[in-house]
Amino acid sequence: MFSETIQLRGHIIDSLILPKVLDQILTHGANFKITEINIGKKRADQSFARIEVSAETGEALDELILRLRQQGAEVLERANAQIAAASADGVFPPDFYVTTNQQTFVRIDGKEIEVQPAMMDSAIAVDRKRGTARAVKFFDVRKGDEIVIGHQGVRVVPVQRATTGTDVFQFINTIVDADEPKSAIIRELAGELYRAHAAKGKIAVVVGPAIVRTGAGQHLVRLIESRYVDRLFAGNSFAAYDVERALFGTSLGMNPDLAFARGGRENLIRAVNAIRQAGGIASAVEKKILTSGIMHACVHHNIDIVLTGSIRDEGPIPGVTTDAIEAQKMMRKKLADVTHALLLANIQHSLAVASMLAPTVKTVCVDIDPSAVERAVGHQPLQSIGLVTDVEPFLRELADRLAS
Amino acid sequence: MRELLLCPPDYYGIEYEINPWMSVAHAAEAPVVQQQWKQLHATLSKLDCKVHLVTPQPGLPDMVFTANAGLTVGRKFIPSNFRHKERAGEQPFFAEWMKQHGYEVSWLPENLYFEGEGDALFGSDVLFCGYKFRSDIQSHGAIAEMLGCLAVSVELVDARFYHLDTCFCPLPDGGAFWFPNAFDEYGQRAIREHVTDLIDVAPAEAMHFSCNAVVIEGDIVLPQGAPRLVITLQERGYRCHELPMSEFIKAGGACKCLTMFMPQRERLDERSIGAME
Repeated sequence: MFSETIQLRGHIIDSLILPKVLDQILTHGANFKITEINIGKKRADQSFARIEVSAETGEALDELILRLRQQGAEVLERANAQIAAASADGVFPPDFYVTTNQQTFVRIDGKEIEVQPAMMDSAIAVDRKRGTARAVKFFDVRKGDEIVIGHQGVRVVPVQRATTGTDVFQFINTIVDADEPKSAIIRELAGELYRAHAAKGKIAVVVGPAIVRTGAGQHLVRLIESRYVDRLFAGNSFAAYDVERALFGTSLGMNPDLAFARGGRENLIRAVNAIRQAGGIASAVEKKILTSGIMHACVHHNIDIVLTGSIRDEGPIPGVTTDAIEAQKMMRKKLADVTHALLLANIQHSLAVASMLAPTVKTVCVDIDPSAVERAVGHQPLQSIGLVTDVEPFLRELADRLAS
Repeated sequence: MRELLLCPPDYYGIEYEINPWMSVAHAAEAPVVQQQWKQLHATLSKLDCKVHLVTPQPGLPDMVFTANAGLTVGRKFIPSNFRHKERAGEQPFFAEWMKQHGYEVSWLPENLYFEGEGDALFGSDVLFCGYKFRSDIQSHGAIAEMLGCLAVSVELVDARFYHLDTCFCPLPDGGAFWFPNAFDEYGQRAIREHVTDLIDVAPAEAMHFSCNAVVIEGDIVLPQGAPRLVITLQERGYRCHELPMSEFIKAGGACKCLTMFMPQRERLDERSIGAME
C-alpha cells in the first residue's frame, strides 16, 4: 500500500469538509486512518485533522491526493531515506537498513518507491535515475551502490491478518501439537489447497528424506498426479533415497514394507551411481531406468524439481545445485510466484525456503520436532500453520482427501 | 446608512474570457452599459445608501465588479488575490483606495487565491465562503482566523456560477435565496444546516443572475428575469427593484458583482464567535 499523510484545518466540521474528504478517500477505493483530530470548542475555533491515506498503487494515490488538495488537504512532507555508498563489493555500509519480508517503501527525493522484491535479511539498494529500490543480498552489492541506512524514510506495511470468513490461516501462529487432533485441520487445509488449485495458485512442497523412509512417498505421488504440486524443493539425499526406493525397494537399505528390516548404505550409493550413469533423473526416467517414485512422478508430470546440496551429499545426483549462492538465487526465482508452501519434514530446506517467501504466502509446516515447527512458522507469523506429527499420516490423510 | 463602493464602467468591456459567460465575440454595447450602470447607481443611492466611487483604470475592464475588490468587516479590509492574471492588476488600486479612506488593509498570504465578497457572504452569524473556481478553500481558514469568525466553506461545481454571489444571496431575516445545483451535495447540506429558511431559485431564473442581488434591509436590487422569485420575495415583505443587466451578464456579473459593502458587517455577532450551542 502506498500512503501519504494529509492535514485538514479550518471549519472542517461545519463545512462538512472532513466527511467529504473521508468519503472521497473511500469512493476512490483507498483507505484512511485518522491519526490526530482536534475539534474546535467555540464556534469560531478551527478544527484540525491529520489523516493517513493509503491506496493500492502510487498512481491512484497521486490522483486522490490531487483531488483532496482541492478540498484544502495539505500533504505532510516526510523525510527522505538516508543513503550511503557500499565501500566494496559484497559489503554494505555501516548502519544499513535490514529488510523484513514485509512490503516495504523508501522515500527517495520526496517520492515513495516500493522495494522489490519483499525479501528478508537484505539491504535496500536505490537507483535514483530509474526511481527503483531493490532488496539486495551481499552477493548482489557492488562498490559504490547506494544503500539505505538508518530507519528514516523507510515504511513497512505488515500483511493484514484475514478477519473475515473461516480461513484456516486466520489465526496467529497456529501450531497443532503432537497430542492434539489433526483431522479437522487437515480437512480445512485440503479445502484451502483445493481452492488454491482451482484459482491457479502455485503450490510448492519442501520435502525431506523422512517422507521416503516412512513410506509416505506414495501419498506425495498421489498429490503430484492430482496436480497439487507445482514445484518441489529438496536436497540431494531426498532424491537419492527416492531413487534407491524405486530401484531397490529400500531407502538407506531399509525396506518400509518389512517390519524391523535393517540395511546398510550400499543400495543408496548404487542408486546414485545409476542416476549418474543415466545422465540425470530426467534421463533415467526417459531411459526407463527410473519407473516409479516421487522423482519419476515429477518428471512425468513436468513439475519443477529444485534440488540443492549439502556437505554430506553422496554423488551428488546430476542436477543438484551445490553452490550455496547459486542455490539461493535459483530458489528465490522458483519461489517468486508461489502462493502456498508445504514444508514437510525437512527443517534445513524449510527454513531456507521460509526465509525467502513473500509474507502473503500461506505456509504449512509439518515436522515431528516441535522446535522445528516453531522456527518455520515464526517466519510467517500471520499466514502459517504448524503440525507436530509424523509426516506419513499427514500426507496419507491429505492425499486421501485431495487425490481420491 | 449602508456605504457601498462602485466603479464607473468607463473602461468596461469583454476583452478576455475567464468564465463561461464571456465571449470576446459578444461585445458589450457601450451606451447601454452606461445606462444600466447609472440606473443601478441611482437605485442604490435612493435606498438610503452612501455610494462611493473608485476611479476606473484603463486596461482593467473588470474593475467595475467591485465585489471582487476584497472583504470589509468593520474598518478592516482584506484585499483579494485574484486567480486570473487579467484581474490581478485591480488589487493595488482597490487596496490603495481603501487605505486612503481610513481602512486597515490586512493582506492574505500571496499564495492563497481569494476573490473578496464575490466568494464571501455573511448569512446570519456565519461567513459563507465559496471555493474551487476562483477562491482556494485554504483562504477561508486564513480569513476566519483574521476575523475570528465561523467560515463555512462550500464547493461550487457549476462553472457558470463561479462565485458564491452568483448563486447564493443571504437575507437580513436569516434566510437566503439560492440555486442549489451550483453546489456539491456537501455544500448544499452545510448551507441547509446553517440557513433554515432557504428559497430555491429555478434554473431558468438563476441563469438571469437573479441571486446576484444587493440587499439593503427590506429592499432587494436584482436583475430582471426572475418573476417567480420576485413574487416569493414580495410575499415575504421585500421590495424588489428589477434592473436590466444584460451588458454586465455578458461578462458574468450583475447587481451584486458591481457592488461592494463597506463594510459587509459592522461587527461580528457574538454568536459567530461564542460557545457552541
